Amino acid sequence: MKLWALALLMFGVTGAAGAAKPDCLSCHSEKASAKASVHGDLSCTGCHTTIQSFPHPEKQTAVDCASCHSGNAAALGKSVHAAPGGPSCLSCHGGAHSILSAKDPKSTVYPSNVPRTCGACHGNAEVAKRLNLPEVYSLYMDSIHGFALTQDGLLVAANCSSCHGSHDILSSRDPKSKTNHANIPATCGTCHAGPLQAYSSGIHGQMLQAGATEAPVCTNCHTTHQIARVGNAEFQMKTTATCGGCHKDQLTTYRDTFHAQVSALGFRQTARCWDCHGQHDILPASDPMSTIAPAHLIQTCGKCHPGANASFVKFDPHADSHDVAHFPALHYSAVFMNLLLASVLGFFALHTVLWFIRSRFGPEAKAEPKESPQNRT
Amino acid sequence: MDDAKPRYYIRFSLAQRYLHWALAGTFLGLAFTGLQLRFSSAAWIQSIARAVGGFGAILFFHKFCAILLTVTFLIHVADLVWRIGFKREWSLLWGPNSMVPRWKDILDFFGNLKWFFRLGPQPRFDRFAYWDKLDYWGVFWGMAIIGLSGYAMWFGSFFARLIPGSWLNIALLIHGEEAILATGWIFIVHFFNTHLRPENFPMDLTIFTGRLSEEELKRMHPEEYERLAASGGLQAIAAENNRTPS
Repeated sequence: MKLWALALLMFGVTGAAGAAKPDCLSCHSEKASAKASVHGDLSCTGCHTTIQSFPHPEKQTAVDCASCHSGNAAALGKSVHAAPGGPSCLSCHGGAHSILSAKDPKSTVYPSNVPRTCGACHGNAEVAKRLNLPEVYSLYMDSIHGFALTQDGLLVAANCSSCHGSHDILSSRDPKSKTNHANIPATCGTCHAGPLQAYSSGIHGQMLQAGATEAPVCTNCHTTHQIARVGNAEFQMKTTATCGGCHKDQLTTYRDTFHAQVSALGFRQTARCWDCHGQHDILPASDPMSTIAPAHLIQTCGKCHPGANASFVKFDPHADSHDVAHFPALHYSAVFMNLLLASVLGFFALHTVLWFIRSRFGPEAKAEPKESPQNRT
Repeated sequence: MDDAKPRYYIRFSLAQRYLHWALAGTFLGLAFTGLQLRFSSAAWIQSIARAVGGFGAILFFHKFCAILLTVTFLIHVADLVWRIGFKREWSLLWGPNSMVPRWKDILDFFGNLKWFFRLGPQPRFDRFAYWDKLDYWGVFWGMAIIGLSGYAMWFGSFFARLIPGSWLNIALLIHGEEAILATGWIFIVHFFNTHLRPENFPMDLTIFTGRLSEEELKRMHPEEYERLAASGGLQAIAAENNRTPS
């Protein structure tokens, strides 16, 4: 009986490779679960190609996924993950015998599981430190994308690979990278088509298309991983300073106005950069399509100031009292007020000090104690 | 001193004391809220602003005080119009009971400066000393300028029909600077001249009680005292003869 079984086993291995599965499992029974994997229809030797007969050597060369997945392997080979010590196929796709289709909700590369999979390294402070990687996992998980994907289960929300790619991840310094500065609008635009269209028609998009690498892209304002809802107060508070990072003079002059004074106290129902200039399709005032073109000012200011007329929009939300050439009346008003304040307060502060000294230390202070307040009724 | 003489004299009427309360209260409210707006870029100001309810509360309180102060101002102006225009109280326009500056005020000012340097005796002040008049006119014109520029910004789109919109830029500048001047004046000059100086320390309560003692009247307003004593006018302002509720 035993002999018959052995003979059958040997026949199975040597005679019919295609039907070998049950035979491998008679020794490797713990691998039976592989049937449930995406590779369940393949034979063992489909991957373990070096095993031709039984008994086989104890040591086997590693399975080469590239023998089937040559495209992905080639992409991985050119990616940032190709570096020595970088992740293998299985690092992301799960155990060798339990790989699931990316469409399977249990798969490690199912959209809502991707952040956790990448986070195994990129959310690990120790690994991040050793490889000098930014700790992006927690930032992403708290972002509008991370929240939508992992809390609300919105599969359309961007996961790591939506922006970075999967096998073909390149450093953002690489001009071909999806996250290279110049490619960011196209990458974000794969989902956010409307903003991309608006951005491309705006001055920032035009500059980028003209090759100006300093032109801001989506991430300059929205950040990369901690992207917040645009209605978020904290985001709005930060973004004025973000615009001002490039537009320094405009930020300075904005700060002199009531809009900024109110804004600094955390009040959001006041004009910030984008309320007047637009968001994605910002155009210079010289462009007739601009929200701040002279023909559009009444409409733009009128969003908050009902009844705004041609005279009202002569108010300059970036007036600069130091600029005598453009704002002579404001400039000389400021000079006058400064002189008035300095002279009046300066003189009468001195008046106060002199009076105090005279009253406190003058001869009458000692000579006429009856005038002290205690004696008065 | 004759014991029969009253020892206290009325300096401010009850209405004047109420108006001063309204002025002082709304001014402090306006300054407290306005300065937070003017210096909103400072982190510690932002902390205070958060603690008092944020910008919404600050602006509401600022406008609330502004309306009350406007009413106070208009009551005072209406009173002046009534007393000068209808009751023909010309003494409000000229003389010792008027706030209009006189030559004596200029002499008193230089006389006081001399006294500071021990170059002469302290001038003999009448009912209103030169710093009282500076207080009065500073507040008067300050209210007019700060009030007008404030309302111009509050109702910007309406005022822009009357004035060029670019004046609203100047309105914000003047509103803020004039307010700093007013606040500086009150805290550095008015509080010292009226309350904190050693002769009056810690406070001159006359503006709240309406009355001052004979000694105070003689010492602080010698010219007024002697003028009234000579003309027999002292009895008219004696507290005993003016039993107004206080």
